[in-house]
Amino acid sequence: MTVNGETKSVSIDPRTSLLDALREYMGLTGSKKGCDHGQCGACTVLVDGRRINSCLTFAVMYQGQKVTTIEGLANGDQLHAVQQAFVKHDGFQCGYCTPGQICSAVAMLAEAKAGCASAVTADLAAANVTLTDEEIRERMSGNLCRCGAYPGIVEAIRSLAEA
Amino acid sequence: MSIIGKNIPHDSAPGHVSGESVYIDDIAPSRNELLVDYFGSPFAHGRIKSLDLSDALKVPGVAALYTYKDLHHNVFGPITQDEILLVEDVAEFIGQPIVVIAAESRAAIKAAKAAIKLDMEELKPVLTVAGAIAAGQYLDKTYKIERGNVAAAFASADHIIEGRFVIAGADHFYLESQACLVYPGEYNQLTIHSSTQNPSEVQHVVAHLLGLQLNEVVCLIKRMGGGFGGKECQATHPAVMAALVALKTKRPARIVYTKDDDMKYTGKRHPYQNDYKVAFDSEGVITALEASLYADGGAYNDLSTAVLGRSLTHIDNAYYLPNLLAVGKICKTNFPPNTAFRGFGGPQGAITIENIMEEIAVYLGQDAYEVRRKNCYGVSDRNVTHYGQLLVNNTLPQIFDELSQSCNYAERVTAVKKFNAESKTHLKGLSFTGLKFGISFTNKFLNQANALVNIYLDGTIQVSTGATEMGQGVNTNIKMLVADEFAIAPEHVIVMTTSTEKNNNTSATAASSATDLNGSAAVNACLKIKERLNVVASNYFAGREIGIGAYSDSIVYEGGFVFDERRPHVKLTFPELVNLAYRERVSLGERGHYITPSIGFDWSVGQGSPFLYFTNGASCSEVLIDRFTGELKVERVDILMDIGKSINPGLNRGQITGAFIQGMGWLTTEDLRYAASGALLSYSPTTYKIPNIYDTPPVFNVDTIDNDCTVNVKGSKAVGEPPLLLAFSVFFAVKNALSYVSGKEIATLVTPASGEEILSRLTEYKLKAAGLPFTPWPAEAGSVLQRAMSRAKGYSLIQDSVSAATLAEGDTIKIPVTVNGNGAGNGEEPLNGTNGSALKASEDEQELATEAAI
Ligand code: FES
Ligand code: FES
Repeated sequence: MTVNGETKSVSIDPRTSLLDALREYMGLTGSKKGCDHGQCGACTVLVDGRRINSCLTFAVMYQGQKVTTIEGLANGDQLHAVQQAFVKHDGFQCGYCTPGQICSAVAMLAEAKAGCASAVTADLAAANVTLTDEEIRERMSGNLCRCGAYPGIVEAIRSLAEA
Repeated sequence: MSIIGKNIPHDSAPGHVSGESVYIDDIAPSRNELLVDYFGSPFAHGRIKSLDLSDALKVPGVAALYTYKDLHHNVFGPITQDEILLVEDVAEFIGQPIVVIAAESRAAIKAAKAAIKLDMEELKPVLTVAGAIAAGQYLDKTYKIERGNVAAAFASADHIIEGRFVIAGADHFYLESQACLVYPGEYNQLTIHSSTQNPSEVQHVVAHLLGLQLNEVVCLIKRMGGGFGGKECQATHPAVMAALVALKTKRPARIVYTKDDDMKYTGKRHPYQNDYKVAFDSEGVITALEASLYADGGAYNDLSTAVLGRSLTHIDNAYYLPNLLAVGKICKTNFPPNTAFRGFGGPQGAITIENIMEEIAVYLGQDAYEVRRKNCYGVSDRNVTHYGQLLVNNTLPQIFDELSQSCNYAERVTAVKKFNAESKTHLKGLSFTGLKFGISFTNKFLNQANALVNIYLDGTIQVSTGATEMGQGVNTNIKMLVADEFAIAPEHVIVMTTSTEKNNNTSATAASSATDLNGSAAVNACLKIKERLNVVASNYFAGREIGIGAYSDSIVYEGGFVFDERRPHVKLTFPELVNLAYRERVSLGERGHYITPSIGFDWSVGQGSPFLYFTNGASCSEVLIDRFTGELKVERVDILMDIGKSINPGLNRGQITGAFIQGMGWLTTEDLRYAASGALLSYSPTTYKIPNIYDTPPVFNVDTIDNDCTVNVKGSKAVGEPPLLLAFSVFFAVKNALSYVSGKEIATLVTPASGEEILSRLTEYKLKAAGLPFTPWPAEAGSVLQRAMSRAKGYSLIQDSVSAATLAEGDTIKIPVTVNGNGAGNGEEPLNGTNGSALKASEDEQELATEAAI
């Protein structure tokens, strides 16, 4: 499995979730365990650019694929644009949901760019999606934040959607 | 230029966005580490007949099993020492720990749990407030605040309404569950990393239960993934269990609750049953209030006494109550001990009077804002609280007037009326509620803090306090305060991991007061160091040839430099001054201590001035309800607050919106549903719905007024908890919407105003309007959801309509009746079906003058 650009091989029980494999076998603790049941989004990582809940899937299913975690988003010291936007717009408080929010936002922006519709998209046939606040909120609704940092998260993503 | 008032990013911003920030379970496991978990009671109330651990001990990978016999003490509690950690004989709630399990792997823990043989006799649990009242089962004594002549006020009242407002609990749902990691040290020393809001309490409880001296236990906390009060006391339970394992096995021990277990087995926000009777004149001005507050404390006291105290001191919220009798009791039930939760009982008191405001308005046919405005505390008169504290510089009238203008309240009421008259599919509601929240711990001795400030030779600073960071930004505030004292860049100040090793005997990070207390202590430390540095600097800048003597008071710190204001062109950089001082053998470290001045309260008379100041505000919410599904949308929210001068306005804004959203969850979607056995059914985010990003109001206007809170650090006011109460306006907007369809009745609504609750009420009024009877839905009336039902009536009817609603089996409650005149009418109907009036129950014991209410 390629994780954040590095090839990693670990031997694990086949029942190990991708989240546990990352956290406990690869030392990548940036991805967080909130509910461990696929309900909160704290464990969101990217597999080949698509967002998934890593607690709800087995690590062995991703052999040979490219996994990106929060630790792999920055380019050296240069934070990813989404990371920068979260800092600028106070998109967090306690920070526990933040790695998941950011991974989710990265993939969500790519989905929108690719023209994927959401439940609130008015014109399903349209080639381009305009990321209104409503679109952003709908598309990010799988990532819970108990601190309620939602206004900052919307602002951060909006700033990138506008850019 | 001072840094105070600037928006610098959160202290941990870079770590949070890069995944580098470390929470307890991110600490890499060490060699030899054991995983810890526990086996708890299957019954809400039960007696252990036999416990056999022999098979469990044989499970491969199990290192040790411990019971109460392995503890030095087993009884503890922050206020009254009534709590049993590990069940000895009788279990008082589902999941109460019986056996502590230490093992090499999670699989071994699971196997051990399956191999423990427990024979337990189930005893009858008490799972409702009504049940506890019937059984006379209370924790702690009755508390009371009284003012004026209530009986006389009721005797001469123009109008009286009485009713019951029933308030549900809520789960903290901090995203990071309870977690603790303990390293054994030499001799009996322990180093504990705990996700706690109160490291001193973890230190105390661990030492007490394990028989250690306090100086043998160090508790550290870098940050929490949310706390909200849930990690104030209840972090001690996992900490003791892990510490027990570490002490006995001499191996590091880690415990992390699963989210499911955390939700099922830890205490919640206190549910309340509040009975009230209010007298008011034809203008809607309240002349007297009688209230009996029953908090569901759960099995043990925990912080219930203090929580109830805050409910009683916040029963007035923003309104002047000339004659008042407020009585509070804590019911003992067989649930995990309920505990602190943002607002700390304040919300459960204050929402009661907001409910009353809404009902008075409907009763008199007046606008609810107008009724509130008339009752609002005054600036120069009607400005003393029911417990005798003068409201200094009361900003409430200003806030009410400004917000009602800026949110176009009057026009929007007209628009809502028009909408409701026209729409067949939807219903709108609008409500404006106030907020006054007292700042300080109500327990005087907790209002102190200490801080340690160390300056290093390169001019950088480490500061340590007892404040714990859970996202609220206290560390950022403290960093800014310290940087400001020396006029250096905030990057040169680091706020260190909170540790009992550096700061002893600290108070919990709670009561919104962490910055007030710890920030002030840090400033005091800086001032002491500055006194010494100023001597060094003034000697340096003095020069006989230019006629400048050494004068400490003229030393100025500005923009990273230090100079004498009489000769500002000669400067030292801050590191240069520090080096100079070091060579002069001047101490560059200091401890500061701070105590909140001029506060005090005496419960024996229910009077005092417990708060240093009040954080004020108001909010207006507009909601849209689907008449067919009961679905609720919060369309627009306007907030105006008085939070003094902000140290960091950006962080405060986050606190305001975040607390509001959390309050909205409590009052609308978060539904704790229990089985008849007392087991929590909604124990994961699939069934327990906290607000998600889509629930954020699309129009969310937040503003603050200009004010200087002269008694607090840098003129700031605390902001952590108060805005949670602003979410009342969402709940009452729903109640307002229902008033358009409830006919002659004052609309009934209990918390949470979930889609299900709203739909049920819509159905009820529709049927009643057609002259048909309404039977509560099976889910409401069935015994399966008994506890949900115990909170499910918040009635007050107007005029002479009397009806009864069937609650759980055999628990018939007569609906309280609103009566005109002097409290006659049907007032003799008992409020509580099972054992006479709730008010009567307290009267029997306390001989309180509550006759008029019955
Ligand atoms: S931890 Fe994976 S979704 Fe909650
Ligand atoms: S920042 Fe705390 S849960 Fe989102």
